[in-house]
Amino acid sequence: MTLKRIFILALICLFSFGLMISCAEKPDVSEKVAELTQKNAELTEKVAELTQKNAELTEKAAIPAGVYKVGAVFAVTGGASFLGDPEKKTVKMLVEEINKAGGINGHKLELIVYDTEGDATKCTLHVKRLITQDKVCAIIGPSRSGTSLAVVPLAEKHQMPLISCAASYKIVTDEETGKQYKWVFKVPQSDSMAVEALYNYLKKRGISKIAVMSGTTGFGKSGREELIRLAPKYGMTVVAEETFGFKDTDMMAQLTKIKGIAPQAIISWSIGPTQVLVLRNWKDLGMTNIPFFQSHGFGSRKNIKMAAGAAECVIAPLGACNTPEALGADHPQKMVTMKYNKDYMAKYNEPVASFGGHAWDSLMLVVNALKAVGCDRAAIRDYIENTKGFAGQHGVFNFSPDDHNGLTWEKSFNMIVVKDGDWAIVD
Amino acid sequence: MLRIAKLPIAVFTVLIIIFPWVAREISAISHYTDIMVFAGIYCLITIGLSLLMGYAGQISIGHAAFFGIGAYVSAILTVRYGLNPWPCMLIGMIVTAVVAILVGTPSLKLKGHYLAMATLAFGVIIYIIFNEEVEWTGGPDGMPGIPGLSLFGFEFDSVVRYFYLVWGFVFAAFIFTINVIQSGTGRALRAIHASEPAASAMGVDISRFKIMVFVYSAILASLAGSLYAHYLNFINPSTFDLFFSIKLLIMIALGGMHNIWGAIIGAGLITFLSYEWLYYFEELEVVVYGAILLIVTIFLPHGLVGVPGIIRSWFRS
Amino acid sequence: MTDPFNCMPKICEGGVFAILTFLIQYRQMETITLESQLFQYLITGVTVGSTYAIVAIGFNIIYGVTEIINFAQGEFVMLGGLIMVSFHVALGLPLILAFLATVTLVTLVGMLLDRLAIRPIRRPSVLTLIIATIAASIIIKGAAMLIWGKDFFDLPAFSGRNPITVLGAVIQPQYLWVIGFLIIIVVILTIFFNKTIIGKAMSACADNADAASLAGINVKRMILLSFALSAGIGAVAGITVTPISLMEYDRGAMLAVKGFGAAVLGGLGSFPGAVIGGLIIGTIESFGTGLIHSGYKDAFALIVLMVVLFIKPSGLLGSVEISKFKRF
Repeated sequence: MTLKRIFILALICLFSFGLMISCAEKPDVSEKVAELTQKNAELTEKVAELTQKNAELTEKAAIPAGVYKVGAVFAVTGGASFLGDPEKKTVKMLVEEINKAGGINGHKLELIVYDTEGDATKCTLHVKRLITQDKVCAIIGPSRSGTSLAVVPLAEKHQMPLISCAASYKIVTDEETGKQYKWVFKVPQSDSMAVEALYNYLKKRGISKIAVMSGTTGFGKSGREELIRLAPKYGMTVVAEETFGFKDTDMMAQLTKIKGIAPQAIISWSIGPTQVLVLRNWKDLGMTNIPFFQSHGFGSRKNIKMAAGAAECVIAPLGACNTPEALGADHPQKMVTMKYNKDYMAKYNEPVASFGGHAWDSLMLVVNALKAVGCDRAAIRDYIENTKGFAGQHGVFNFSPDDHNGLTWEKSFNMIVVKDGDWAIVD
Repeated sequence: MLRIAKLPIAVFTVLIIIFPWVAREISAISHYTDIMVFAGIYCLITIGLSLLMGYAGQISIGHAAFFGIGAYVSAILTVRYGLNPWPCMLIGMIVTAVVAILVGTPSLKLKGHYLAMATLAFGVIIYIIFNEEVEWTGGPDGMPGIPGLSLFGFEFDSVVRYFYLVWGFVFAAFIFTINVIQSGTGRALRAIHASEPAASAMGVDISRFKIMVFVYSAILASLAGSLYAHYLNFINPSTFDLFFSIKLLIMIALGGMHNIWGAIIGAGLITFLSYEWLYYFEELEVVVYGAILLIVTIFLPHGLVGVPGIIRSWFRS
Repeated sequence: MTDPFNCMPKICEGGVFAILTFLIQYRQMETITLESQLFQYLITGVTVGSTYAIVAIGFNIIYGVTEIINFAQGEFVMLGGLIMVSFHVALGLPLILAFLATVTLVTLVGMLLDRLAIRPIRRPSVLTLIIATIAASIIIKGAAMLIWGKDFFDLPAFSGRNPITVLGAVIQPQYLWVIGFLIIIVVILTIFFNKTIIGKAMSACADNADAASLAGINVKRMILLSFALSAGIGAVAGITVTPISLMEYDRGAMLAVKGFGAAVLGGLGSFPGAVIGGLIIGTIESFGTGLIHSGYKDAFALIVLMVVLFIKPSGLLGSVEISKFKRF
């Protein structure tokens, strides 16, 4: 018994010893840090000088002067792969293209993509690795709101520009202070924007009694929240409110219930196969006299095809990249969206999905910043924050210190109707 | 496995204590300390689960729920009510214990696959609650802004400090569990595992012991959940889904179910496999992970702790 | 405002249209009575439940002969759907030919699963076997992701997509196919296990493997057969359900959980139990959605399942005797 006690005591001692070292280390480190910081500052000046010279020389000689590393964290596999898959494909395609054209100011662009599987723990570890091991210039992603929220504090702490590909406004807005986070940006439209675009349209058509259906994923939940929050502002009454699971195979029951309530319109907010199934069930139940509206998650031609005719007449607010053909010739996004659609189809033989467009926007923002200021995290951040009139796939971005999303619903959404198996713009 | 040798424990302790200092010097593995924090958190769960499954012979595919309850109680009380994290941790453990008693009492009367299904169902129900009760849990987007831990002004704010905190808890749980195994309770548990009727005939109060172990393992999972929440400063439901419960099962089986060391080895190995070593395979990762799992299952039926035994028998023959 | 797309006769502003709109809606409100709503929930529940039931039968076949709960059962369903898509849609094979080819191929996968993952395990404990099937399901899922990608796929319905209306409820012809195949499978299996020598031999393994072995039955071959059979049945489920619910590489786990729930609810090893269990879970989900709240529909089914188990620990039709022979 005594032996055991001694043993346990010894263990405790060892542990406290370990802890003590770890505390004792700290002041020491901070002194060193101060010292190093000063040295660093001096060196930075020198580096800046040299960089300028280098830039001049590069211009003259056009010699590849190194590599710009950019990190990406996408949910390439796992439950949210419908987001991460087109995102990864898009950025791979873009990087190839950029490097083929000579890189960024002669620097090769290297993209390090990690798969988060949509898991918060994994995403955090990958972002840490990008910051401390790979030492990238900036990070794009994560794909989901949940994982993005998880890594926002990391980006802030390590002063790393992060451009999220997820929708929630909470990613860029500190809810306590109401201010924008310093280092975090996002490119997708907020859900509230899609809801406003949709409600605005419904109001124009004189619809006020609506049924809301949503998936139980982050996308569906957050859309549902905004739909209910903004309903009074546009004079909408939510008369029915139903949800369905991500892997559900049938929404007949939900729709039957809604049929009994007879709303003027149904709005469904989900992603994945469920958004197609719900349309088929809607048609089967003979409910086509109740107009059906989808979210901006519906933005892939594949969905129209999968719905097997049931998508006809469905309306959704979509970004420009889904319907480049329908844009006017002088539309600022005409060129970029046409090119993206063409290239993507040529390379992967599948139509563009909205989510890939978000990755396009985030990567090109970083590339533009790198082109202008090089691999300097603070300068990249400042550059992005002051970016105005950047024509991306999902809108013309105008960032500012008070707006790290840079989009408005009027400019970033078109109301699109499915007509003869293809998209068409609603005037 | 009655006696657990002291030497390996001592060696292991020393290894853990010097780990961050070694890792810091080698840049390729300098982030391993961070991963070891998660490995430690998972170890806490598997130690309890190993006692439940390996020693008492009761399967559970619902421990992600207890992990989640601990995490969410900590998160909700600290974020929504601004309480100090330490009492929240304790409250989380109490809540978990109550839930475990309520669920365990009827469930543990079930046998084998029926028990597996009942615990699985419980885990899924809790997951649905995390997902649906948006006002409390933040829904699928999760809860950001969970505060870190500090004790008497000492902040566990660096990876190394948290590493020692987590592994301190792991060692405490480890030693306590070993004591349980070597005590009369442990003998009773093994008797239950071997044959319930026989144990019952010998005067062992089977249901009481089963529930005790179930609750103990749930409390450890809850503690792990709180530690997870305060370390990551963020939680969302997908961390606590059915697949995590299955992952825990895999950890136990891979390490070796009938040995408490197996719990630690399994948790460490799976953590590193899924967070670090396999990402080079990119999209093949899942297949490689499954293949490793299958190969270990086929060739090492007693898990990785069986390896020394196999080597020894090789040398003998 | 006129409708520019010829889509929505009913969203119109202005007097005449408003009255028309109201009339149409009023008539519609009348046609959907509570009874027809309830009937619709029942139809939906039975269809979804039939899928669960077929998966549960697959679980039972393997559990009966061995003592394994094969967590890769859902992957057979997924494979059935996706391989059928490749054969029927991509390669353009006729329906029946593609159907047979798919079932054969998935059956082979089932046999491979036994040979490569289950039989090599030398001293199998129950947990080891569970982990082996989980590992196999991870591999199959990963391979399916590499082969078919992460998209979801569609199959044309066997006999068109024009719904039939019965008592105010809408029935897709494909629903009848799903229910029909469930009935066919149950009938064939009943005959197989009660009338044929092989079937009787398999039942003997189910009762007592050692005794069966002594009686000269090749237990290993019976196990192989059980995997083949349940993989084939899983494939049938996948093929019939894909036109209704689409299919993608990671659908298997959800189906396995639901099917396992159905098998346990009905009582492991009992075929009528599997059918009843599946139908109960399906209808609870559907009625729970319709009458209470859709967010918790999976929870309702699981709570009912737990309560049943607490009252009747071996499921509705499970026998305590059979489960005593099993180690787990």
